[in-house]
Amino acid sequence: MSELTLFLVRIAYLAILWIFVLSAISVIRSDMFGARVPAPAAPGKQPRAPKPASPRRGQPTRVEVVQGVNTGIVADLAQAPVLIGRGNDAAIRLDDDYVSTRHARIVESGGQWYVEDLGSTNGTYLGSQRLTQPVPVGLGSQIRIGKTIVELRK
Amino acid sequence: MATNSALMGFVHRRRRGAELFLLVLALIVGIGAYAAVGLGVDGEVPTNLIGYGGWLTLLVVAAHIAVRIVAPYADPVLLPVVAALNGLGLAIIHRIDLAKDTGLASQQLTWMTLGVVLFVATLIVLPDHRLLARFTYTSGLTAIALLILPMIPGLGTQINGARIWISLGPFSFQPGEIAKVLLVITFAGYLVVHRDALALAGRRVVFVDLPRGRDLGPILMMWVVSLGILVLQRDLGSSLLFFGLFLVMLYVATERPGWLVVGALLFFGGAAVAFRIFSHVQSRVDIWLDPFADADGSGYQLVQALYGFAWGGLVGRGLGEGMPQRVPYVESDFILAAVGEELGLTAVMAVLLLYGLVVERALRAALISRDGFGKLVATGLAAVFALQVFVVIGGVTRLIPLTGLTTPFLSYGGSSLVANWVIIAILLRISDQARRPLPDLAADEAEDPDDQATQVVKVMPEWR
Repeated sequence: MSELTLFLVRIAYLAILWIFVLSAISVIRSDMFGARVPAPAAPGKQPRAPKPASPRRGQPTRVEVVQGVNTGIVADLAQAPVLIGRGNDAAIRLDDDYVSTRHARIVESGGQWYVEDLGSTNGTYLGSQRLTQPVPVGLGSQIRIGKTIVELRK
Repeated sequence: MATNSALMGFVHRRRRGAELFLLVLALIVGIGAYAAVGLGVDGEVPTNLIGYGGWLTLLVVAAHIAVRIVAPYADPVLLPVVAALNGLGLAIIHRIDLAKDTGLASQQLTWMTLGVVLFVATLIVLPDHRLLARFTYTSGLTAIALLILPMIPGLGTQINGARIWISLGPFSFQPGEIAKVLLVITFAGYLVVHRDALALAGRRVVFVDLPRGRDLGPILMMWVVSLGILVLQRDLGSSLLFFGLFLVMLYVATERPGWLVVGALLFFGGAAVAFRIFSHVQSRVDIWLDPFADADGSGYQLVQALYGFAWGGLVGRGLGEGMPQRVPYVESDFILAAVGEELGLTAVMAVLLLYGLVVERALRAALISRDGFGKLVATGLAAVFALQVFVVIGGVTRLIPLTGLTTPFLSYGGSSLVANWVIIAILLRISDQARRPLPDLAADEAEDPDDQATQVVKVMPEWR
């Protein structure tokens, strides 16, 4: 193996090392600026679907308390977000000792309904799962709040 | 709130393709170094290049696929960077093997395999990093137990004056490496719950607001115990690491610069006391101040490393062309001296930059993480990484007195390698959670004044 070859190998290896470093940096750079915002689509386009869109089939239109002290209370999902809690400003006001003042809310995003826990003391459950982040819910999903169960209905 | 909604419009891409591209380059870095070592030492490409490269590729691809499946939004740069560092480290260790006629590289490859397996396992077992917050005190106790293990007679072994290894059959293991990850989790879990109390409640003494004893007590105790154990074991590097980690996390959690002042005072006080009490601290400082005073004795290691750097110069001697075996422990603490000698300042700078990128990505994950616990864990892990690199590379290049620590991913050392792969897995998990787009719920967030009044509460963990 001649001196020159070894020298070239060495230089080539250092070049590879730096190509790697620089590509890593360029990925970081594109990561900073390259993120696309999907939500507002193109600015010139007509805003999609008028706001009070007719409820599509299979979409829930109201929330109902199906079990607990306040069974029967109904709130219209058209007034989303629907706040559930013991406080006076809640759309569904529950007289349940295990419910926080502002316990959970049901919100819509992109045609999908989500239930989000608002940092309640006793938690919001979907089945046996305690919510830690907004979770999609559909028709018939039973959300347990304290000793109360609310359900999305048509 | 304005920044929040601005952030909401910013959606991270998955970037798995970019990660794959970088991984291919990282493999070229690792396997290329291996081939170059063979060319330099024997004048031919090593015969087992296919097998070795295939195994390395397999590990990297396995890690990549795992990330694709279980953490699709994770940071695209972390994995390739550590794969490249690990590959380069393997090649350098192989090079030292050839010079010293040892078989450390294959052992290191086994450890790397274990590291990648644990990396994948961590990602699978841990779907959400907030689960770790449940083990705040458990992990603290485990960490202390792990730190005590080497002091048990029969189990612990003393190597080079530091009693930090335990030997189980043919393996020796450094439990402190695992303990540092656990301590980060403990500190983060504790601080995220108590940070408001730590920052706001308490008395003002001279210039510093001291928190109440009951807020600071548990964590201070944990920290004193772990530091005390390390001092008893004469593990200077790890003591420095834990001290710095504690300080950084306290500062980040409470946002009080006063802690840095207190910490600096404590550090210099402690260093002065250690200098007076411990002879090995004195000798380390003496070597640092003038390694050439006893160039053939106590200063031999550092002097040889410095000669290595100098001889390597800007582009190095070429892999296989230098004499890195002259430096004692060149395969572990002093591996950067081998890099500097054979690949020169150019490669040393690249390696330092790669470490910088790891720290930057970890801090980035901390910045964009949505929960306080994730922020603190990512910051803590970044601090561990940064401090470790600073302490060991500063020591090897005679910037600060030498304290033994391994260079992450580069050095020979199984426990350190495995622990570092787990650290990267946790960081990937945090960045995956942070970059994953949430459903857009920001629109109706700002309207209620009650909401804004309770913002302070919202940074508290949601899982309680």
